[in-house]
Amino acid sequence: MFLINCPYCGERDQQEFKAGGEAHIERPKQPTELSDNEWAEYLFMRKNIKGVQFERWNHAHGCRKWFNMARDTSNDEIKAIYKMGEKPPTQ
Amino acid sequence: MTQNLRVKSSEFIDETNRISFKFDGKTYYGFKGDTLASALIANNVHLVGRSFKYHRPRGIMTSGSEEPNAIVQVNPNSNITEPNARATEIEIYEGLEASSQNCWPSVNFDIGGINNFLAPLFPAGFYYKTFMWPKSFWEKYEFFIRHSAGLGKSPNTRDPDIYDHRNIHCDVLVVGAGISGILAAKNAAKNNFKTLLLDEKNELGGSIIFEANEDNKINYNSAFEWLKTEINELKNIKNLEIKTRTSVAAYHQYNYLLARENLTDHLVKKDKKNKIRQRLLKIRAKKVILATGALERPLIFNNNDRPGIMLSSAIKKYGNFYGVACGTKNIFFTNNDSAYESALSLHNKGIKVEAIIDIRENSDAKIIKKINDAGIKIYWAHTIVDTRGYKRLSGVSIMKLSNDGTSVTGSKISISCNCLGIAGGWTPAVHLYTQSGSKLTFDEERKIFIPKADTKEQISVGSCGGDFELDEIITNLNYKLKNFLNINKTDFEGITLENDHETSKRNIWLLPSDQTIGKTKPFVDYQNDATAKDIKLALREGFRSIEHVKRYTTTGMGTDQGKLGNMHALGIIADIAGVKMGELGTTTFRPPYTPLTFGTIVGRNVGEFFDTFRRTPMNDWHIKNKAEFENVGQWKRSWYYPKENETMHQAVQRESKAARQSAGLLDASTLGKIDIQGSDASEFLNRVYTNAWSKLAIGKCRYGLMLNEDGMVYDDGVTTRLSENHYIMTTTTGGAANVLGKLEDYLQTEWPELDVYLTSVTDHFATASLCGPNSKKILNKIIPDLDLSDNNFPHMSFKEVLIDKIKCRIMRISFTGEQSYEINAPASYGEAIWQKCIEAGKEFNITPYGTETMHLLRAEKGFLIVGQDTDGTMTPIDLQMDWIVSKKKYDFIGQRSLYRSDTMKEDRKQLVGLLTEDPNIVLEEGAQIVSELNQKPVEMLGHVTSSYFSPNLNKSIALAVVKDGKNMMGRKLFVPMENKNISVTVANTVFYDEKNERLNA
Ligand SMILES: [Zn+2]
Repeated sequence: MFLINCPYCGERDQQEFKAGGEAHIERPKQPTELSDNEWAEYLFMRKNIKGVQFERWNHAHGCRKWFNMARDTSNDEIKAIYKMGEKPPTQ
Repeated sequence: MTQNLRVKSSEFIDETNRISFKFDGKTYYGFKGDTLASALIANNVHLVGRSFKYHRPRGIMTSGSEEPNAIVQVNPNSNITEPNARATEIEIYEGLEASSQNCWPSVNFDIGGINNFLAPLFPAGFYYKTFMWPKSFWEKYEFFIRHSAGLGKSPNTRDPDIYDHRNIHCDVLVVGAGISGILAAKNAAKNNFKTLLLDEKNELGGSIIFEANEDNKINYNSAFEWLKTEINELKNIKNLEIKTRTSVAAYHQYNYLLARENLTDHLVKKDKKNKIRQRLLKIRAKKVILATGALERPLIFNNNDRPGIMLSSAIKKYGNFYGVACGTKNIFFTNNDSAYESALSLHNKGIKVEAIIDIRENSDAKIIKKINDAGIKIYWAHTIVDTRGYKRLSGVSIMKLSNDGTSVTGSKISISCNCLGIAGGWTPAVHLYTQSGSKLTFDEERKIFIPKADTKEQISVGSCGGDFELDEIITNLNYKLKNFLNINKTDFEGITLENDHETSKRNIWLLPSDQTIGKTKPFVDYQNDATAKDIKLALREGFRSIEHVKRYTTTGMGTDQGKLGNMHALGIIADIAGVKMGELGTTTFRPPYTPLTFGTIVGRNVGEFFDTFRRTPMNDWHIKNKAEFENVGQWKRSWYYPKENETMHQAVQRESKAARQSAGLLDASTLGKIDIQGSDASEFLNRVYTNAWSKLAIGKCRYGLMLNEDGMVYDDGVTTRLSENHYIMTTTTGGAANVLGKLEDYLQTEWPELDVYLTSVTDHFATASLCGPNSKKILNKIIPDLDLSDNNFPHMSFKEVLIDKIKCRIMRISFTGEQSYEINAPASYGEAIWQKCIEAGKEFNITPYGTETMHLLRAEKGFLIVGQDTDGTMTPIDLQMDWIVSKKKYDFIGQRSLYRSDTMKEDRKQLVGLLTEDPNIVLEEGAQIVSELNQKPVEMLGHVTSSYFSPNLNKSIALAVVKDGKNMMGRKLFVPMENKNISVTVANTVFYDEKNERLNA
């Protein structure tokens, strides 16, 4: 059970949060220009790596804000938490 | 014949408080402070159960939570009986009743005991093999297996006890109150850390309080006396909370731990009453100090499971702590010095110790001299090759070990005894440590897994950290605590320590016998009856991974999770496979450390508190008017309103007719309502709905369909433009929360540039939906001032009005195909407005109707219900709703996916109407649809999604999804049912008033 440091509310129990999958997958600005394959890449393809993964999280039972998390999936260590729109930390 | 084996008065046993209890129907006596195990042993009862597979007689082996054998049923004759309780943990109280498990008809005469003689038929993997081949044998085996399998019996009525949960936040959590835990907790608290100390036992002090080892001294006094003073001092320390009878069940990431606090199990019935039985502590600790101690290992030799064979440390604890002799003629069998302490403590109490059998060549520990002085014979470099006695141990046979320890030599010596203490060394209790995700390392020399590293948030101290000897424990504890707590000094720094040191070591995982392994029964996992033979067989059959061997042989898979024998299983595998144990790895220890009752896990969330439910503001009226309710998500919605003896069908038929012929009233308060404001609100709606919104005039309503990005229908509802930058969106009842979440997601993460604010107002408004040809007349009675003409208030428009000074929003929208007004009032006036509609509608026989009639009426019109007629695989095109998908808009959620090759396929499953050949047959929802009856394999074309008998059309109607359905209009298909095939014809989805003439009639 993680202890997650919401960038707006502070440290809270994982129960208050909802995981939202891989982060930094931007919705294409002009979907109609994309081929089926390009659109499928955006829509369906997700990484599932062992190691540091960038994820979206939502403080669903709190401020309802979305934010990003860098989490090591091998030991669940939360490396960083940063707001939507911010760049992922480099190491 | 019972015999009193109470040998010594103990400060932990209150001999003035005599307690009677029943075991297997017989009454015995013990004292306050006894466990069921110690009290039974005092009465010379060792046979307490039968083993799982072979039904071998089994006795008490341990004195703690690691007990594999003495598993009993508490309150066996009650329907709230509790199975799988460990006799070693049950504190006796007046009136306690318990019985043996896993034996029938009785522990003394057990029919399953025949399995013991059939043992060759039950090798490792027996169950797997049985299930596989030959198939036809399964039925024969099943009867047999079902009758003999299973530990205990479960209660069959609701648990009447009260359970509770508590959240605890602390700076330092100390698990285990042995000497390390006590000193750690004391020093943490004294340094202003808010500290919590937990121990599963009822007394603090761990093993030192029953050790009575004169060679262990602190400040020139016995370690036990010194520790007692420390324990007394704990009472006066602030910042320290101590909980005994509290077992940590799970250790999750980020120092989140779950512990079970046992509050009343040790009390007599009348004192249990109305009290919380157990409390689940949910602990979030900044730092955790694990001081969980070590578990003594058994030795693995032929027939090592007879009643009377116990861990050496347990015999010592029963003697010193409970004042009970486990046997009158004792033998110890060991590979280390600790058994000598146990032997000496018995000898000093006048209990006969026949011999000590040691697999080592010698030992230079000081205690050896005392044993010699006591005249106790020591057999060096010997091993037990067999044991005797069926229901109670009666003797052992020993032989000399070969130098390499793989065989025995010389002649067999037979010694009689009724209790055998076995001492195979110590296994650090690292279960919680590994649960936390931390890694172990294997110490090849000492043959133990120990924590690999401490962290800033967690340390392991004492024997769970691999320190077994007193000076080692205290010195390392001092050093670790100072670092961990960042303090200069502990209060025990500089105490003088004296203790014996063990220098001679010898470890043999599987001790040899003079018989071949095939003829022996060296048990590794007592509870699951897994022997070393089974492990060898598994390896011979090709299993190599420890996880596979474990499952194949069921080693370590019982309720005790193999706390005793897991290391031996690993050692035997390593020996055979010729690999180092460290390379083999260990199996995962999973929570809970000791079993939890379901009651503790769910706490107060039982019965009506299991889940929250939501009621509409009109709920009281529905109850008064005898509505039947339906659960829709968390909502309690009125389903139908039966009159007198009406069945559901009759009520729904009546309600449906009334709504079309005169007037009906539906409580639609549960529909999701989202308030949307901001200068980009129109643009936002453009992007989230499939149709265009910019041109919707203020005061008008529009139906919208929302897709997922994959093009599949997600939700629908009517949205009204209240003013230039203000809309109110309605969603399906079940989808409300998810739709809001999804919209927030897009706003925050994809389109943060949009000026839009979303607020859920579902609970703020109550909605009465007035429909039917007389609805206009009724509304006119309620608001005479409002011009209800189709010109002033047309279909799909909105008015804000005052009804008795209550500001209401009225939308003229329809989910039934009839003229219909949805009156939205502030929630607290919901019932008043509803009542007003009922009053005004009396002369028109206004009929309240529930969700079932609503579903029927909308099906007559072919209006879909998202989630019933769709299932996340339907596009708007599949639903024949091409009209709602804007071709002009550049982008909306899901648009691109509508042009994927898969979604554009012509023959996808599509929503169609179905009419049965016999109009009186109502199809079953979910029934499959086929085109050919005799085809094999039969091709499923689709299934029925909605089906009703329409009283307004006087025939049955259905909606269905059918492959290539759009091209099948008029085709005859079949719905095969269990005992008949129903002929159906594919039809239009709109069955009633196809031209929508009734909306403005
Ligand atoms: Zn927050």
